[in-house]
Amino acid sequence: MIYLDNSATTKPHPEVLEAYHKVAEHYFGNPSSIHHFGGESERLLTHSKKQAANILNVLPEEIVFTSGGTEGNNMAIKGIAFAHQNRGKHIITSQVEHPSVLEACHALESLGFDITYLPVSKEGIVNVDDLRNSITPETILVSIMSVNNELGTIQPISEIGTIVKKHPKIFFHVDHVQGLGKIALDFKAAGVDLCTVSGHKIHGVKGTGALFIRKGTTLFPLQHGGGQEGTFRSGTENLAGIVAFTKALRLIKEAQDENQVRLLKLNKMLREHLREIPQVIINSPAGTVPHILNFSVPGYKPEVIIHSLGEKEIYISTKSACSSKRSDESAVLAACQLGEARATSALRVSLSYGTTEEDIEIFINVLRRIVNELHEVMG
Amino acid sequence: MKFDQIMVRYGEMALKGKNRHSFENKLHSNLSKKLRNFPAVKIKKTRDRMYVLLNGENPYAVMEKCQEVFGIQSLSFAVRIEQSEDSIKAAALYAMKEAEGARTFKISTKRTDKQFPIRSQDMNQILGGHILSNTEGITVDVHNPDVEIKVEVRQDAAYVTSQNYPGAGGLPVGTTGKTLLLLSGGIDSPVAGYLAMKRGVEVEAVHFHSPPYTSERAKQKVLDLAQEMTRYGIKLKVHIIPFTKIQQKIHREMPDGYSMTIMRRMMLRISEAVAKEQVILSFTTGESLGQVASQTMESMSAINDVTNYPIIRPLVAMDKLEIIDISRKIGTYDISIRPYEDCCTVFVPKAPKTKPSKEKALEYEQSTDFSEDIKEALEQKEVISFSQKKSSEAKFEDLF
Repeated sequence: MIYLDNSATTKPHPEVLEAYHKVAEHYFGNPSSIHHFGGESERLLTHSKKQAANILNVLPEEIVFTSGGTEGNNMAIKGIAFAHQNRGKHIITSQVEHPSVLEACHALESLGFDITYLPVSKEGIVNVDDLRNSITPETILVSIMSVNNELGTIQPISEIGTIVKKHPKIFFHVDHVQGLGKIALDFKAAGVDLCTVSGHKIHGVKGTGALFIRKGTTLFPLQHGGGQEGTFRSGTENLAGIVAFTKALRLIKEAQDENQVRLLKLNKMLREHLREIPQVIINSPAGTVPHILNFSVPGYKPEVIIHSLGEKEIYISTKSACSSKRSDESAVLAACQLGEARATSALRVSLSYGTTEEDIEIFINVLRRIVNELHEVMG
Repeated sequence: MKFDQIMVRYGEMALKGKNRHSFENKLHSNLSKKLRNFPAVKIKKTRDRMYVLLNGENPYAVMEKCQEVFGIQSLSFAVRIEQSEDSIKAAALYAMKEAEGARTFKISTKRTDKQFPIRSQDMNQILGGHILSNTEGITVDVHNPDVEIKVEVRQDAAYVTSQNYPGAGGLPVGTTGKTLLLLSGGIDSPVAGYLAMKRGVEVEAVHFHSPPYTSERAKQKVLDLAQEMTRYGIKLKVHIIPFTKIQQKIHREMPDGYSMTIMRRMMLRISEAVAKEQVILSFTTGESLGQVASQTMESMSAINDVTNYPIIRPLVAMDKLEIIDISRKIGTYDISIRPYEDCCTVFVPKAPKTKPSKEKALEYEQSTDFSEDIKEALEQKEVISFSQKKSSEAKFEDLF
């Protein structure tokens, strides 16, 4: 199997699974139980939080463990909207955000909030002047992703942070799910107030993740109950998942620099080979993250290519897995105004630290053959 | 270019005459223990300063650690460069750019090596001009600069230092003896311990644990506090005294109004035994005058009566809010406010005497024999040692 769909999800690291297993087996006590066994779990939870905070260069109390990206984004956006709506009901985001941001915003619209969806350039980048001009006295939140999940475009987070910081009333949320372990982002230095990260994109397990909430930020919780996680998220903690997430975080961060070099090389190789196939147009502009490469084969349904590759056990994806069940064009590529032909035929290859040069070679050869066959059959 | 060392300036220990040497040695040893997690770091002693040679370690991370070591007045980043105009210019500009938030500066050159062709005054002008023409919005202010960039041209090399960072002040821990801290788990006692450490005292702690009336988490809280305090104290030993039997006996057999006073007297008696065993010459407590019933003048007098060891009370004249401020600053506040019962809150009398008399306390105590219980408590004492390198959560390490 050649797995090139790492932006959808990644294979859990064996050490992560081992940690998960150990904790699930030996520390199943509820951290809120007052007996010794619960106390052990509570200590492990506290220790995890300290470790995770250390790695992310934030304070332990600024971390809330979540079930992943969708929860983190919802918690941040709705949480800020509900807690601060008396100050204003305007939110700024972009047209290329992940569905968990866009749909949360749509839901808020139905509750009377006013949302600005910023357009992006052909490269998928938000224009900071547009953002600055969209700010009104009613604005309470700006939510922009660090790395686009379809194109791999890196947004100017620090610049946006600087602009937002000039308005003390506005919170800045970053969906960092695709950027974690791939690009450097110091939350505090970049002026970020809330930041979503997810475990299963960094070789952790599903159902894990965290939301950074800058100290002093108030949120209306999505879940009420026993007051766990500093009352931000009630519900018995998923301790095994939390420890596994923290471990995945350490592993990915430790390897980040070294792996970036490798990924850049693979990305370069992939681009060069794709350019040799005449029917292929590369959509990811230069300067994107190296682990995501988006391209189109206009005129051919992407599903056909996906399935043909699948027959050879090569797995890539169309758009993001979270939206690919809808049959229309890629909203991200449409927002970049790349034209309908490209937007409806986009494919995404996403690499991981385990991807090899051989994987790329095989993928390219098979893809070339499939495209040629399609060309012969369909013209 | 990168800062390759940190210059360490001593505080009042420079005044310590003949003892100075041992103070310096202690500081050197405390500092190297503090920086143990930066294996490449070397510490160089000179006549009146110390230099932490970074050898590639992260300057800001090392600086942060150094700022927690008592006995240091102030610190600066420094860079050692060859004795040439160009490299000094480059280093001065770098130092200016690294000085966060500084809008005004001043250059002070000292030319120890008189062979160096450019005189100090001329060097100041050359460097000032170089910085002005390579930065924006930064001006010279010789009277009250945000940052003073110091250049020292010596025989072996030139040194450029940048802005001053405040040190923790005080005296190196371990230079003024040992004290036994009565550590309850509340907000005050860790702060009292911290302030004792600041005056160079090495702290050991004693904690009274009354299971099942006090929970394991209450004990863990104290251990976490002890771990946190090693940031300043380098190491800390905690003596855990099983106190249940004595507390039960007091509750059962002593008049309610005097139970608190007598409990504290028992604690001091036990502490004295621990101090004798450990060759410790004083106690430190978090008492603050008038804060609670046990901290009235009469109460302190009645409790203090059982020992003639000096009791250091660093917080005696502080307001609660001042204490809380320090506790937040040193990182113990969030641990202290965890809501677990400690031994002082479990058997709270309905109406504690705020003006107990020592004579009465003694009279009541003599009606019952506590000596066996005290002996037993001391025999069953548990000792846990903390240092910075060892995390109390070592058992979890392999999970991460």
